[in-house]
Amino acid sequence: MSQSPVVIQVEGVAKSFGAVRALDGVDLAIATHECVGLIGHNGAGKSTLMHVLAGTLTPDKAAIQVNGDAQPGYGIELAHKLGIRCVFQELSLCPNLTVAENARILHPALRGFGWRRRAGALIKAKLDEVFPGHGLSADAVVSDLAIGQRQMIEIARAFTVTSEPLRLVILDEPTSSLDGHTAAQLFAFIRRSVEAGLSCILISHLLGEILGTSDRVVVMRDGRVVTSGPTASFDRNKLVAAMGGAEAHSGAVTAATPSTGLVRVRIRPKRQPDGRELVAREGEVIGLAGLAGHGQTDLLLAVFDAAGQLKSGQAEVTEPVALVAGDRQSDGVFPLWSIAENIGVGSLKNLRRGLLISEAAEDELAAQWQKRINIRTPDMRHSILSLSGGNQQKALFARALGSDARIVLMDDPMRGVDIGTKLDVYDLVRGEARAGRTFLWYTTEMDELSYCDRVYVFRNGVIAADLMRSEVSEDSVIGASFAEVG
Amino acid sequence: MSVQSQVAPTSIGMSRLHDGRRLLRAVLPALSLALIILAIWALNPRAISYFGLTLMLSLAVPVALATVGQMMVMAVNDLDLSIGSFVGLVGCVTATWLRDEPLIGVLILVGLVLAYMLVGAMIHLRNLPSIVVTLGMFFVWQGLAILVLPKPGGHAPDWLHGLMAVKTPLVPFPIVAALVIGIVAYVGLMRTSYGVILRGAGGNPVAVSRAGWSLLRGKMIMFGLAGFCGVLAGMALIGLTTSADANLANGYTLLSIAGVILGGGEFVGGRVSPIGAVIGALTLTLAGSLLNFMHISPDWQVAGQGAILIVVLAARTLINRAGVSA
Amino acid sequence: MTGSRIKLLAQPLFSQPWLWSFVGAVSVWIAAITYTGGYGAGGMVSATIALAAFSAIVGIAQMFVVTLGPGNVDLSLPANIGLASAVAMKVMGGDDSMIAAGLAAAIASGVGIGLANYLLIRLLRIPPIIATLSASFVIQSIGISYGRGLQVKPPPGFAAATSDQVGGISLLAIAAVAFSVLIGLLLHRTAFGRSVAAIGQNARAARLAGLPVERVRLMTYALSGALGGLCGALLAGYFRGSSLDIGNEYLLTSIAVVVIGGTSVAGGKANVTGVWGASLFLVMLLTMLNTFGVSAGVRLLVTGLVIIAVIVAAGGPRNTR
Repeated sequence: MSQSPVVIQVEGVAKSFGAVRALDGVDLAIATHECVGLIGHNGAGKSTLMHVLAGTLTPDKAAIQVNGDAQPGYGIELAHKLGIRCVFQELSLCPNLTVAENARILHPALRGFGWRRRAGALIKAKLDEVFPGHGLSADAVVSDLAIGQRQMIEIARAFTVTSEPLRLVILDEPTSSLDGHTAAQLFAFIRRSVEAGLSCILISHLLGEILGTSDRVVVMRDGRVVTSGPTASFDRNKLVAAMGGAEAHSGAVTAATPSTGLVRVRIRPKRQPDGRELVAREGEVIGLAGLAGHGQTDLLLAVFDAAGQLKSGQAEVTEPVALVAGDRQSDGVFPLWSIAENIGVGSLKNLRRGLLISEAAEDELAAQWQKRINIRTPDMRHSILSLSGGNQQKALFARALGSDARIVLMDDPMRGVDIGTKLDVYDLVRGEARAGRTFLWYTTEMDELSYCDRVYVFRNGVIAADLMRSEVSEDSVIGASFAEVG
Repeated sequence: MSVQSQVAPTSIGMSRLHDGRRLLRAVLPALSLALIILAIWALNPRAISYFGLTLMLSLAVPVALATVGQMMVMAVNDLDLSIGSFVGLVGCVTATWLRDEPLIGVLILVGLVLAYMLVGAMIHLRNLPSIVVTLGMFFVWQGLAILVLPKPGGHAPDWLHGLMAVKTPLVPFPIVAALVIGIVAYVGLMRTSYGVILRGAGGNPVAVSRAGWSLLRGKMIMFGLAGFCGVLAGMALIGLTTSADANLANGYTLLSIAGVILGGGEFVGGRVSPIGAVIGALTLTLAGSLLNFMHISPDWQVAGQGAILIVVLAARTLINRAGVSA
Repeated sequence: MTGSRIKLLAQPLFSQPWLWSFVGAVSVWIAAITYTGGYGAGGMVSATIALAAFSAIVGIAQMFVVTLGPGNVDLSLPANIGLASAVAMKVMGGDDSMIAAGLAAAIASGVGIGLANYLLIRLLRIPPIIATLSASFVIQSIGISYGRGLQVKPPPGFAAATSDQVGGISLLAIAAVAFSVLIGLLLHRTAFGRSVAAIGQNARAARLAGLPVERVRLMTYALSGALGGLCGALLAGYFRGSSLDIGNEYLLTSIAVVVIGGTSVAGGKANVTGVWGASLFLVMLLTMLNTFGVSAGVRLLVTGLVIIAVIVAAGGPRNTR
């Protein structure tokens, strides 16, 4: 093994997608015993850089050195051989295979007689190590698992070792589907691995995760590294400033008086044992909190489905509903359409002039929302896929808010969105609420609850607590999320 | 959308439920086959005998081979609409070249398998919809078959005819053959370490290629296997019918797709079951006999086949739902 | 936003997939008349356009279904056409005054088949390819039993209407083109058409965007059935009588014209103009091969190779990243 402290070093990495310069001459070096936190707004080039490091994307220009040796033909195979792994933002497990079989995919060495047993043991041991008490079986088929569980498997798999060495693991938004408890387990494991000599790159939009886990922070903006330094020299505000985005914010917004408006939504979760129900009135922003996947999305979907019918058994929804999806790819975006069409699909009836849909009206609606929500594109008739993730999310907001729905459901829509976009949207939500709209907002980010008039904390599919605005705090929400279990 | 908790107690409960459902799903094809056999037995008990089954299932061997071939292609998210006329072409080659000039015959058949691999490569490299490419290939194989054998005729090689007429002890030959086909396909695709890669390429191609595997190679192998199964199916068919016809097996395209689906396979996502596919093929073959025993008028025979397909799939849906609520 | 509209129009014409099928049709025609030394050039065009109208109608039916998304395909069209041709002829009974009733009956029979397809798909959760296939088996039997001994010729007025020409162009084709324009508007400028495309791209997102997914699916299968029924009646008029296998060739043709015409097999993107171009191209190709007097084997071989060549040349959907 080389004594060089540098695991991988890249210089002058450049990569363009058409006219967009995703990377514009990036230099980066990762040492052993080091966890580097990488932050930046959406579109800053983080994910592209990680794809280059993992060998899944060939840069237009770059000098790559691994362990001090130049690697001219760097690609997937070489990256594997040299021990560089990546947990991509979009999960890369095969849903039709078992956990053990997915481990086999990553390891050419798992072959021959008894490979299945060895693969199972390998992944099981790593899961036990990273996420003690995970309760997962190596024989489970991945499609039967929740998204958080899949993410756990994917992470554990990246740390398994067979014939090839393991030097650097890149984690791109690894906690996007994990709850706080599992995320903490992961960060503890990363620290242990780094002490033991491994290197890590951690990408996250949650600055707390970066500040709490990494040794060094690298900030990217517009395809370049703009700042880099020991984590201790940064704090939250400094990081936000370095990213060049919006000012750091402190959550609190102008206090709203408890609403006495008309009841828009009244719903009881299916298995609610007591008389608790969720009530949302005109002009209210209602938060749905708790650990990820404890019935919040189900409740939103129940409200969504009940909106069609006037009176359904479980729910009462008095006005039209629109939903902002959290999982853009699977629940939101129509990939073959332009941005304007993606927005207009929420208001097809209103766009009709006579018998036919008017494209001029559609353009007008799109232009109006481009201005209001600041969608960054030269032309709203461009493909929706030409937008960065955050801007796609804005288009989905525009679809919901541009419709005539009076109730807007938000299914944790800020997952993996940069702070600038978030602040734009927070303002918009408060503004629309003042104008009389009702919001049901499922969120996994504590900060966002401070924008809500009232928060319902979910546990195991039912409402565990019902907090007034003044009662909402990290302690009260976490307390309600975990009660009884501990 | 995923709704269950990651907290241990619930997830264990969920996974047990999933296990039960998967088991039920896996047993379904066998259940429908048993039901058809039972119905035949109720109508005509003597049919369920060594000779009765040999007779009723004689065509099951080529159908099962074609179905397994179709399954290989479906496992990598493609569909082979050409397998029917391909089996017909192989039949024509078998009844002419393979009998008269065995060496050339073998070379032609090897060439046909290579052509299948090329089709797979082309579909992958140009990112083409397999439905259209194989639809075109359907015409190509059919045209070639007519050129090889313009009028029905030809003769099966004697050894092949002898092979297909083998009498196995106790269990009828078609059942033994189907078992062998199913087990070989199962071990190859479901149990070997490379089979995992091939199925993974159907489940999440991007992930498999990011792990350093060649998708092109995977697709070529799967299409090659489909072609190989098609060759075996054509030869088996000619061994049974003894003479060939370019249009002999056109129906195999739809039959094989139906067989895979009956066997629990799905069109996308790499979810296939080799044993299920063979059982699906047996079910479809016996369905024809059942209709005969029920004295259905010839006018309604076709409808009967459609109805059986619908009933079996409806049953699958019902049991699937029951599995969910169990 | 006017600037963007202009830019959209100025998109290079050559990037339009449907263009190539028209280019293909013309080149094939040139090849054919070169062979005949110019003899029969006009007649060839007339005959091609008339026959292409049928392919185009069935192709449009298939196009809507295919656009609904992966796995959606209507394999019952041939059986539907066969049954509808018998229904139309029986209701018309050779009587000119019953033409409208016959057409309506054929369309109704098609709509019924479409509804049955949808019910199988929805209630029994059967994949469309298998559901429409099973349905087509049942329809075939109904057709056999219904059409037994049926020897009705079309009413003279109807037969004339399906084969009359204006300046060498079949009246039927002109009507079909006009109809296709309406279909184009239905596809791109109505909530129904937009919904079909949205469902084809991402059915779950379509539901969450508030679109009536199941109603649109039902209407799409019913529309496909209706067009199949209409085509059956017209074919019976054109060929002077109904026959159960009158629609057989349209199973493969309908899928081929949809795809060659640039409609995405993965769903979400449809192209009416392309269906026409592809229909003209395929029919012209067969006309040319007949002119050359080649054997059936060669004809099939060439047809297959051409379909493959077209799709290879057009290339598959590009991945955006």
